[in-house]
Amino acid sequence: MAHPSGSKLMTMSDAIGRFVRDGDVLVIEGFTHLICFAAAHEIIRQRRRDLTLCRLTPDLIYDQLIAAGCAKKLVFSWAGNPGVGSLHALRRSIEKNPDRPLELEEYSHFGLVARFCAGAAQLPFWPMRDYRGSDLPAANPLIKTVTCPYTGEELATVPALNPDVAVIHAQRADASGNAQVWGLYGVQKEAAFASDRVILVAEEIIAESVLRSDPNRTLIPGIIVDAVVCEPWGAHPSYAQGYYDRDNDFYIEWEDISKDPERLATWLDEFVYGVAGRSEYMAKLGPERKQRLTASPLMSEGVNYGF
Amino acid sequence: MAVRAAHELRDGEVVFVGIGVPNLACNLARATHAPNLMLIYESGAVGAVPDRLPVSIGDPALVTGSLAVAPMADIFQYYLQGGRIQVGFLGGAQIDRYGNINSTVIGDYLHPKVRLPGSGGACEIAIHAQRVVVVAPLSPRSFPQAVDFITSPGLNGKYGTRESLGLPGAGPVRIVTDMGILAPSHGSGELELVGVYPGLDADAVRKKAGWPLAVASTLEPILPPTERELHLLRDVLDVDRLYIGKRGE
Repeated sequence: MAHPSGSKLMTMSDAIGRFVRDGDVLVIEGFTHLICFAAAHEIIRQRRRDLTLCRLTPDLIYDQLIAAGCAKKLVFSWAGNPGVGSLHALRRSIEKNPDRPLELEEYSHFGLVARFCAGAAQLPFWPMRDYRGSDLPAANPLIKTVTCPYTGEELATVPALNPDVAVIHAQRADASGNAQVWGLYGVQKEAAFASDRVILVAEEIIAESVLRSDPNRTLIPGIIVDAVVCEPWGAHPSYAQGYYDRDNDFYIEWEDISKDPERLATWLDEFVYGVAGRSEYMAKLGPERKQRLTASPLMSEGVNYGF
Repeated sequence: MAVRAAHELRDGEVVFVGIGVPNLACNLARATHAPNLMLIYESGAVGAVPDRLPVSIGDPALVTGSLAVAPMADIFQYYLQGGRIQVGFLGGAQIDRYGNINSTVIGDYLHPKVRLPGSGGACEIAIHAQRVVVVAPLSPRSFPQAVDFITSPGLNGKYGTRESLGLPGAGPVRIVTDMGILAPSHGSGELELVGVYPGLDADAVRKKAGWPLAVASTLEPILPPTERELHLLRDVLDVDRLYIGKRGE
């Protein structure tokens, strides 16, 4: 229920508690940029189970959710540690876990982007020129074809993806969830519009008047947002353009942490279960790392919105 | 490989850049013979001018100073499917006799020996880029007779030829390896050895493929990297030796 003032502000713990349920189809998007690790860690702490995790690049965030036992199924298009190598918790669950393997549903990037486009537009499927000559349709029977009624051309199709809940990380938002994003957009907008519930997490909360002074930068409208969480550094070890850099060192460290199941469990104990929330997590990382990753200012020139 | 891959690019071309050696090659080309190369990254950066070597495909340095940032739905639909990309760069764990690329699994799909990252944008790049340059070190394991899984279609395969499938792009027309260059022969689309690096013997190089690799009747001359190219790679573009190896080869 909406707050009388229109504010949807709440804590991460409340947002996950209210809007993420066992068995949900969940998307936490953000392509390298703005990946909301803070939300994933809260989902792990609240011990959600049997989630279907959707993301173009599962990245470290889903490797952690898989390692913590939250996932039943993964819908994805590129499953590696970007620039480093493998996601070892994910690989273990596929290669060395014959009893209870993680269910996989695999696309290419274009295919999964198209699934979100169809979901956002509330259409049943999306047509595209793709997959001819590839084994991907044989591996995933949901990739089908349709004959164009105008030209007779055979086109590939993917079904709409409409997750139960999306977590979208933005640089800034107002209390109603109108959110502004700059830098790489990924498929944040499509994932948000495709989902039944949206948790909007922002680096900072701004006044509606500030947001209205630059409406072209607003990617997500508050009308589709259910909860707004203010969580500085919520995307670490990914990044937020203009706020902090990607912690490439941590992505490299994850190679060794994730390779060894015991070390991974210890890491989860210390940095996820062992902290109450993001501010404690950041305090644990220490001030040097924070200082090293803080973005230096590089302001854009403003534009004239007058008439 | 980075130098050879850079030579595949012409000034002013629109390139869909992948991470790793392709990224290094594109930025080397931009610093040498192709200052007007237009770099487009699948993450959405258009006309990127990264002033540090991006570790990931979505590095913030790709955005700073770029011409545009596009949503990924636009990148794949309007830029790639729209036919605006001239050159696509791909790598892969396996490349077969007809240029089909596997970046999905080694072994059976449902019970893989090794689970690889998967397509990412590779499948659609292989289909839509006007031409594709593949970068991969040559070895019998990486260049088998047939790949375990076709992630990205090559020139010919079990589903047909590019022409019979109606694929818009020309596909993998150049395979840059660490020993020489492979290219499709006219007609069948089978890859053949068209050039070897200075000091290497064509007959020794052809034995590195997992099938009887044919050698073109005339080999292209390939010059060694210049001092300037090596300096740029080692001292400017990849100072931390993320991609060129610790010895800088």
